This record gives sequence, structure tokens and C-alpha cells, in this order.
Amino acid sequence: MAPSVASRRQILSGDEAVALAAHDAGVQFGTGYPGTPSTEILESFEALGGHAQWAPNEKVALEVGIGASFAGARALVTMKHVGLNVAADPLFTVAYTGVRGALVIVSADDPGLASSQNEQDNRRFAVAAGVPMFEPADSQESYDFTLRAIEVSERWSTPVLLRMTTRVCHSKTIVRTPGYPAPPAAPVEFVRDIPSHVMIPAYARPAHRRLRAKLAEMAKWNDAEGPTVVFEGGTDIGIVTSGIAFQHVREACPGASVFKPGMTYPLPLVRMLEFADSVHLCLAIEEGDPYLVEQARNAGIAIEDKPEAFRFGELTVSRVRRIVEGDLSPEPKPLPGKPPSLCPGCPHRTVFTALRHLDCIVSGDIGCYSLGVLPPFEAMDALVCMGASIGVGLGMRHVLPPEQARRVVSVIGDSTFVHSGLTGLAEMIYNPPPTGHVLLILDNGTTAMTGMQEHPGTGRTLDHHKTGKLVFEDVARAMGIRRVHVMDPTLNPDAFEELVKSCLDSGELCLVIARRDCLLATASIRQYEKCNEQQSN
Amino acid sequence: MNSKVTNVVVAGLGGQGVLKASDIIADVAFGAGLDVKKSEIHGMSQRGGSVSSDVRFGPLVFSPMVPEGEADFLLVLEETQVEVNRSMLKPGGVLIDPSTLQGRKLRSEKSINVALLGVLSRYLEFPEEAWIEAVLAHLAPKLHALNRESFQIGRDAWSQ
Ligand SMILES: Cc1ncc(C[n+]2csc(CCOP(=O)(O)OP(=O)(O)O)c2C)c(N)n1
Ligand code: SF4
Repeated sequence: MAPSVASRRQILSGDEAVALAAHDAGVQFGTGYPGTPSTEILESFEALGGHAQWAPNEKVALEVGIGASFAGARALVTMKHVGLNVAADPLFTVAYTGVRGALVIVSADDPGLASSQNEQDNRRFAVAAGVPMFEPADSQESYDFTLRAIEVSERWSTPVLLRMTTRVCHSKTIVRTPGYPAPPAAPVEFVRDIPSHVMIPAYARPAHRRLRAKLAEMAKWNDAEGPTVVFEGGTDIGIVTSGIAFQHVREACPGASVFKPGMTYPLPLVRMLEFADSVHLCLAIEEGDPYLVEQARNAGIAIEDKPEAFRFGELTVSRVRRIVEGDLSPEPKPLPGKPPSLCPGCPHRTVFTALRHLDCIVSGDIGCYSLGVLPPFEAMDALVCMGASIGVGLGMRHVLPPEQARRVVSVIGDSTFVHSGLTGLAEMIYNPPPTGHVLLILDNGTTAMTGMQEHPGTGRTLDHHKTGKLVFEDVARAMGIRRVHVMDPTLNPDAFEELVKSCLDSGELCLVIARRDCLLATASIRQYEKCNEQQSN
Repeated sequence: MNSKVTNVVVAGLGGQGVLKASDIIADVAFGAGLDVKKSEIHGMSQRGGSVSSDVRFGPLVFSPMVPEGEADFLLVLEETQVEVNRSMLKPGGVLIDPSTLQGRKLRSEKSINVALLGVLSRYLEFPEEAWIEAVLAHLAPKLHALNRESFQIGRDAWSQ
């Protein structure tokens, strides 16, 4: 085999394939916020030599991506599904403004909640915002559809969603490149376009009409030349599917006819109707919400839905067989494995031991420290979404009887604090509960949960170089918190517990920063710091 | 290789090298020119929880996940995880776990993943050199000698 041919066949995860496509298409700018299963996209893009950076949160990431695109660059913005909730505000309006350089937004959904607080189906966002969407079913399509998304984005001046799921992001499958050819890019330069890019009502009204017209055109394009896979099997049953479910369907029902659109918003409904008419029974097999079903039915296509039980969790080959066979008997429950736990020696352990001793009511947040909810600590009483610890804790303090209110603490990680804790802190200062409040920032010097990413509080960039650093104690003092304490909880756990107790008793607004590096990150952090020091000398 | 898909499930606890083992299997099958899919869930970075990963290879593979009860091989790196994963194995499928080594000692328990790959390599038609190359490609040079040794211990432990 000639080496050039061999080098074009690779085994890649879906995340790596997106990064490779972005690289091959000359994407000039990548940004996002870590979140399983999307995190590796930017890390791989950076490893391929692309410009990638972590934003403090997904909203900021999308805004920075919009700016890059308005200036004419191709931009990639990555996040997990719940990240798109945070970025929803700019999303809905960039659909109106449109883009100049391609703007591809990756939403990595997590059906089955491998590592998330919910299993929302972000295909709904495409419809709600009016943003076209592609849904790859393996790494090859992750590569190809990233390039298609870039093409569609620039052709119709629209942001494009690339909706992935955990199994597509994290499964490794074979990618042959070049797959779909990368479209040539225009130069990056500022071009004034006030009516398109400034969404005051006078300009937004026509922009909304333009958006609907573009979507109608894209639907036509999708019907005519979109990346739809049709497998012509028997005429008894025809299955409409998308994403990873396509793979399970092909395996479970090798003889069935299958219709799988690659661009799932706006859908190729004319072709779908033809397909449905060509079979006796048309059945939608899709992971998550009945999205394809509702879209098809709205268009007057007769289609059967999967039973409600299969809306929950991931689909598998066995579950698809059950759907097709109408088997509603109880599914075997997998035996429980060993649950994850905080690493032995994790600094979070000391904190939760103290909170448990003090019988605190703990308004928690998301990160490794969420494991404080499990035995032996069981020291977490609420967990909603990133940043919610502060608001939820304050709400409890406001209404609980004083003797209970005094036990409430909010606990948040360092990356989470930067992501969405700053506005909570503003609320704490602006609307202080009568009993005061205690906020604990668990500053372990990294975003541990998603695999040790940097954030503004570490003072290092995505590729670990020195940059500006957000110093939490300075920020809190400047915002008006008078009692600010910084302590390594592991040096003297009793003293740490005593400190938290004195804060609870004070009735004031207090911030305790428990600062100790994540055990697993300590060595790398030391290494990065050493490199940066040498470079500045 | 025959025309059907071969299903391997690798299981163990976080930090044991489950994902590395499945990557190695996928690389060997990939190098042989087969279609390969490898799936895993690596959500939380915390150590110690149950981890498993599926590798499937053959002329054409659809789902990246091994359907329950269809694994030809189940590699389990830690005894407590055998029962949790046993239902993945097809009737007559092969279980490879630490007891397969029949008491042979490894220089480091950390290379149990590679030792069990040594056992697995006996059942599959890929050349031994391809396995060793893939194993070494996934490890730092200072671990090469140790893992060559563990791989061989696995190969020696195999009995039909
Ligand atoms: C909106 C949103 N984005 C991303 C995530 C994924 N995520 C959950 S917690 C977290 C950060 C954890 O870091 P940190 O707060 O520093 O805690 P640690 O894990 O280090 O203890 C991330 C990225 C999420 N759940 N929601
Ligand atoms: S990875 Fe770090 S923060 Fe997470 S549990 Fe382990 S030591 Fe603690």
C-alpha cells in the first residue's frame, strides 16, 4: 500500500474527526467551554495546530465565535448540550444576524446521562432558534458534516449546529480523508454591514423574515442534495432514523428500508414523504425526544413513534430489536458496577467531612465535588446546574426559619465559579439574607471533572501558557465581601472546620476559598508553572 | 478472518488501563485492514469506578456497542468486575480474567491489561508483532520492557 493512501485511513473518535475537519477546512478560531462529551474537540484541534481557547462559559464562547465570524473568519464553538442553554441568548439572535465566516456550533448531547445532569435533546434548539443542524452517525460523518456545515454556513450566511451525542463523540471509527472537500475560504477583514449585524427592532424585523426565507431554501437544498442515506430493503417496514440510532437500526433490522437524513433541520420532508409512501409501515427510531416524529407528522407524513419507554436512555441494538418487535416486557437492568468516588486524598474530601460534621445544609454545584453527595459524606442537598449553588443557597437562606437558615452553605468549584458564579456573588451582595451567607469556593486549580482543563482562575491558557489570572479573593473583596478567607483545608482539617463554623456563626456574608490543587493535576500544574517560569526568565 | 464481526468487551476499574487495552485491540484490527468500531463511556475523570469499553471488528461493523450477550471475548482486569459484566458474554464466549494467568506473577500489577491482551492474542489471527507494536505505541519507552514481559506471560498462560 502506498504510504499516502495509508495515511488517509485513520481511526478517530467523533470529537477528533470534527477537529480534523476544522483543521482541514482552515478554521481560524476555536473556542468553547469544557463539557463531556465535547471537551476533546478543542484539545484535538489545538494539537493539530489550530488556534483554540477556553472561554469562561458557553455564552461567552459563542459571542467570541460570533465576533470572529462577523470579521470573516471561520469559527468553531464547542460545548455539551446543557452549554447551549447558557449560550441560548446569542444563539437565537445570531440566527437573525447571520454570519460572514462559517460559524459551526457543536452541541454534544448525552442521552443516557453518562456524565450530565439531564438528557435534554438539543435538536429542539435548532427548530426553536431557526438554525440548520447536522447529525453525524459516526466519525466519518463527523468529519464530512463539519465540512458540509461550513459550506452551508457560508452559503446561507447562517450559524450551523452540529449535533453530536456521547456515542458519536467518544466512539472510534474509521475515517477516510479527504471525505467531503473543504470549501475555499474568503479573506478575513472587517466589512461594515449595519442592517445585518445590529439587531435593533427596525433591523431585526426584516432579519426574521430573511431567516425564514433562508430556512425554506435550505429545506429545498436538503431535499435535492443533502446528505441523506436511503437504504432500500423490504417494503413491509421503513425506518426513519438519525445519528447513532442509524447504526443500531442497520444492525438490528438488516432487511428493513431505512431513511436517514444527515441534515436534520430543516428536514428533507419531500423525500421523507416519498419514503414513507413506499413502505407499508413507517416507523421512527430515534434516541431521545420524538423529534423526527413530530416534524414528520407536522408535514402530514404518517409515521409511528417508538413506545415511550424508549425515550429514556440510550438506544442499543437490543432496544431497537424490542421496538421493532413491539416487545414491551421489562428490560434487563444492568448489574450496578462500582460507582465513581472522590480519589483517595482528594482535597474535596476534607471539605465534605467538615460540612457533614457541622450538619450544614449544602447547596451544591457541578464538578468532581458533586460526589460529596454520595456516602460516606452525603453532604449535598441540592444540585441543579452550573452556578446554581449560590442562588439556590441564597433562596433557602431567605425563607428558612433562622435556625435552619444559619446552616446553609453554597459550595462551588473554581471553574464553575468563573463559569456562572460571579453573578450569583453579585446577588449575594445585593440581596443579603438576614442571616448572612457562607460561600465556599473549592479551588483545586483546574477543571478536574472534565479532565483537567485550564480556566481564567488558573492564569494559564488552553495550551497551558501563562496569561491573565482571575484572583477570586481580590474579585470578591472588590465586589464588596468583607470576610474573605483563603485556606488549604488539608493542612489542618480541624482548623478548616473551625473556620467554616465561625463564618456560619458570624451572620455575615463570608467567602471561604479552600485552595489545594487536585491531586491528579498537581504534577502537571507544577510542570506548566516551571515551563512558564523558564520562558519568562 | 471469517466474515462475521468479532466482539470484544474490556472491563475493569478506572485507572486500570481498560481504555488503553481497547485502544490497542482496535489498533491491531485497524492495522489488519478491517472495519473497526470502539466504544466507551469515559465521563467522570474520577478514579475507581467501573469502566468498560467495546471493540468490534470485521468486514463491516454498524453499532459501536457490543449487544448484550454477544461478546466473543470478555476481558476483565479485576475479579470483582466479572459478575457485573458476565451477561455481555455470548454462550460459549471466552472469559479472560486475572485467574487466566494461573498464578503467574507480573512484575507490576499495572500491566495486567497487557498481560490479558497476551492471552487474547492467542485466540485471534493477528500476527504477534502487530500486537507488540500496538502495545508499545501506547506506552512510554521506560515501560516497554516490563510490558513486553507481561504480554509474553499472557501468551504463555494460554491453554486451549
Ligand atoms: C453549562 C454546563 N457546561 C459544562 C458542564 C460540564 N461541567 C460540569 S462541572 C464542570 C466544571 C468542573 O470544574 P470545577 O468547578 O473546577 O470542579 P472540579 O471538577 O475541579 O472539582 C464542567 C465543565 C455542565 N454541567 N454544564
Ligand atoms: S480528579 Fe482531582 S478533584 Fe477530582 S476527585 Fe480526583 S483528586 Fe479530587
